This record gives sequence, structure tokens and C-alpha cells, in this order.
Amino acid sequence: MFPRIPMLNYDVVVIGGGPAGMAAAVRAKELGLKVLLLDENDHLGGILPQCIHPGFGLHYFREELTGPEFAARLARKMVELGVEYKTAARVLEIKNYSDLEKVVVFTSPSGAYGVWARAVIYAAGARERHAFEIGIVGDRVSGVYTAGEAQTLMDIYGIMPGREVVIVGSGDVGLIMARRFALEGAKVKAVIELMPYPGGLARNVIILRDFDIPLYLSHKVVEVRGRGRVERVKVVKVDENLNEIPGSEFWIEADTLIISAGLVPNVKKLTAIGVEIDPSTGGPVVNDRLETSVPGIFVAGNALLINDLVDYVAEQGELAAEGAREFIENGGIGSRKWVKVEKGENVRLLAPHYLSGDRDVYLYLRVARPMEDVELRIPEIGKKMKLPVVKPAEMLRVKLKAEEIRKAEKLTVEVVRV
Amino acid sequence: MIYRFTCIVCPLGCAVEVKVEDGRVVGVTGHTCPRGEEWAVQEVTNPKRVVMSVVPVEGGALPTVSVKTAEPVPKEKIPELMRFLAKLKLRAPVEVGEVVAEWNGIKIVATRGA
Repeated sequence: MFPRIPMLNYDVVVIGGGPAGMAAAVRAKELGLKVLLLDENDHLGGILPQCIHPGFGLHYFREELTGPEFAARLARKMVELGVEYKTAARVLEIKNYSDLEKVVVFTSPSGAYGVWARAVIYAAGARERHAFEIGIVGDRVSGVYTAGEAQTLMDIYGIMPGREVVIVGSGDVGLIMARRFALEGAKVKAVIELMPYPGGLARNVIILRDFDIPLYLSHKVVEVRGRGRVERVKVVKVDENLNEIPGSEFWIEADTLIISAGLVPNVKKLTAIGVEIDPSTGGPVVNDRLETSVPGIFVAGNALLINDLVDYVAEQGELAAEGAREFIENGGIGSRKWVKVEKGENVRLLAPHYLSGDRDVYLYLRVARPMEDVELRIPEIGKKMKLPVVKPAEMLRVKLKAEEIRKAEKLTVEVVRV
Repeated sequence: MIYRFTCIVCPLGCAVEVKVEDGRVVGVTGHTCPRGEEWAVQEVTNPKRVVMSVVPVEGGALPTVSVKTAEPVPKEKIPELMRFLAKLKLRAPVEVGEVVAEWNGIKIVATRGA
């Protein structure tokens, strides 16, 4: 079929060498599958090697680690088990010939290859939203970076991107970069947050107090000006409907603008083969083995939905690997019936979308707005969970038992005041 | 003097207030557990943080290795520690977990190999 390129043969190809992909490859190998992992970077770990702050691994390794340490542990497991992998390998295309016949085409420094595989685990992570996507206009100047770009420069290459910094977005990534800049002696002039509440976990919001960094809630950056380099940015206040309030504009002088406006699952190569996407997660619609609407294509990590804990990402990688093994052994993921999970009151997004009732499952979900003294309820099965505080920044994870799921025709998840 | 902040001991995120008079803590309110109270008092009297950074490394796959302090450092000492780290230079090989330097009795540990 591809006469000019060498063809390889594996049970499962894992695309992406971050925490989801590495955990998936390790688990697949443990389950006896012949597995190949492909990653386009020169090193394994995905974004973890540049996430030098602590806070990783409390669930998965029961120990608090930094990002590079978390990555190193998974990479070491891969090496110990003899998992085959290729770095600097860019996947061009996934072809879906039939349920158990997939081909993954990739290029690498040693040439182009095709891999026949019976299942694919897609763990290609997410991309960052950029300045144009959030409506910032103005001059095309240097000094505008996404938070991840700035993090790569500082924490991989040891290069300081700027000295007077404005950060857009108070999510965890924005706050963590505010701390990095401040620690390295830069002046963080402001963190600008569109919503009326901070976007990050409480343990990261404390960074603002540590370094006396002003946080502007209900504000947005609308314009960037400078000759050659950023010189100033225009900030405006917004009302409760996020509309700009006329006359509230002011300028902040800065040489650097950092965009930390959220992540979007990387799904291009999946949509190309017809995988159904959930508009609320931005990732694929999946069943409880994390199989997409295309049989034998599994997805895990931030390509599935944006997680805030790497521990859940690795957990999803393992689940996808278990699904791939089952798929290969039985020639498909079967179920007597699929129970659909629906979003109810104050649930913005959730996954997985269809449950078989064959196994216990974790539901991952995010609320739409912060609330206190609430209950997470699934009325169809009489499930209730008291929660003192819910925030959009903190993903909720709920375990459902197989027998609970089997009782229901469908499930609705809602977060309501007690 | 009253210090107000969000407790970070657990996800509850209590709004804690610590009252200080003449440099001594005279009252903590808003917390819901003893751990929160303890943390709030320490946060006012002697706040500490684990510090992480990167230092240049020669001969590795990447130009830097990431490092962290093996224990939390008093907050007011952090700028001094950062100046110390800025002068460090390492040579590959460096292993994850290796102690690469010591500062005021606190070990500096590599968190990324090279």
C-alpha cells in the first residue's frame, strides 16, 4: 500500500510521549501487547520537563514531585520494561482501514515509516490559546509569548524572555509563570483575569501574595503597542456579561506580554478520520475505555479533556491501554447497552460520555461557575456527594460502580445547592 | 495588624484571618481544622517555600537542569538563594535526585538529568 516506505508491525501505536502516552505504553507492555510509542520532541515527557515546580504525582506516585521528576519515573519504567519508542518522530497521518487495521505514517530522522497496528492510543496533548484567539489587537511586536513558550525558554533553555511582564489569565499556568518571572528578578506588573474569580487552584493563587503581584479580576487586555518590542498594553474592565465597560481603559507599561488563556485539545488528526468531537470538552466523545467513535482509536490525557492534575492524565493513559488490549483480544469493545451520561445543572463538561456498566469508572467533570455548599447528584441512581466548594478550575472526579451504572437507562450529573 | 488569606492546606480553601499584635499572633479565625490554624500561624510568623529554578549545564542533552531545595526555605531568604543559584554551573552527567550544591545547610537537588 505504501510501496516506497518501510512498514512496521505492532499491536498498538501510542502517539505522544507525555504522561498519558508513557503511562499508556507502560500499561500496554505490561498487558503483553507489542507497543510502539512515537513522540515528535527530541526527548520524552511532553511538557513535564519544563514544569519544574512541585505539585505532581501525589495520587499516582503518592509523593510530591516536580514535572521533570514525574516524567523521569515514567520514562524509567518504559526503559525497564523495554517499551520501544521513537523521538523526533512526527506523525503525518492515521489511516483507518478497518476496525483492526490501522496505519500510522510518521517521519523521523531515519526516514519515513508506516506502522500497521490493530489499535491506536492518541495522547497528543493540547495546544495553548494564543493572543489573536482572545481578541488582542495592535502592533506585531516581539515580546508576546504564550505561557508555555516562555516556560520553554526559561526552564529548558535558560533564556529570560523579558523584564517587565503582564500576564493574561490567572489559571495555574499563568500563576506559575508569574512566580517564575518574579523569582528570576523580573517585575510582574499585573495578572489580568477576564472572569470575576481567579482561574487557578488555591495553592497557586497564593503566589500573587508572595510576590505582591496585582490581580485584576473582570479585566481583559485588548491591545498591545510598541515599536519592535512590546512597550505597553491596554487593559479594560468588563461587566458581568464580559462586555467591555466604555471609559474604563488604562495602559500598563511592559516589555513582555504572556498569554495564558487556556488549552485546547489537539484533535486535528482525529477529526481527519471522522472521530466525533464533544464541543464542550473540545476532545473526542468516548466510552468508558476511552475509545472514540472510531473503533480501535483510543484517547487519553489533555487530548481527551483538559486536566488539572497529571495524575489523572496518567490514569487515563492506563485505562486507554486496558481498552486497547480488550479491543484487540475481542475484536472490539462490546456492551449490551451503553448508558449515556448527560450534563445537568452547573456541569460545564464531562467525560467519558458512554458507560457500559461492565466496569467501575471514573467520571471527570468541571462545573460552569463557582458555588459553595453543594451536592453532586446523579438522580437516576440516587447518588449524592456533598462538596463544600466547587470551582471551574478544579476538575471533579467521581467513581461509579459497575452495578450502579447497569441499573440506569441514562445518567444526569448535576451540581446543585443543598 | 490583621492578615487575611486563603488556606492552602486542603481544597476547602478557608478564608483565614490571623490577628497579630506586637509581632505575636493573638488569634486565628475562619479556619475549620487544627492543621489550617497551624499553617496560618506559620504563614504569618515564618513563611517557608520550596524553591525551584534551573541552572546551566554543559554537555547535556538540554542546556539546563532543573533544581529544587530539599526542604522549604524561609521566604525572606529566597532572593539570596536565587542569587546563589544564578552563579551555579554544572557539568553533565547529572542524575535526577543528585545533590548538586548546598546553600546555608540546605541541599540543592537536581530534578532533571543531563
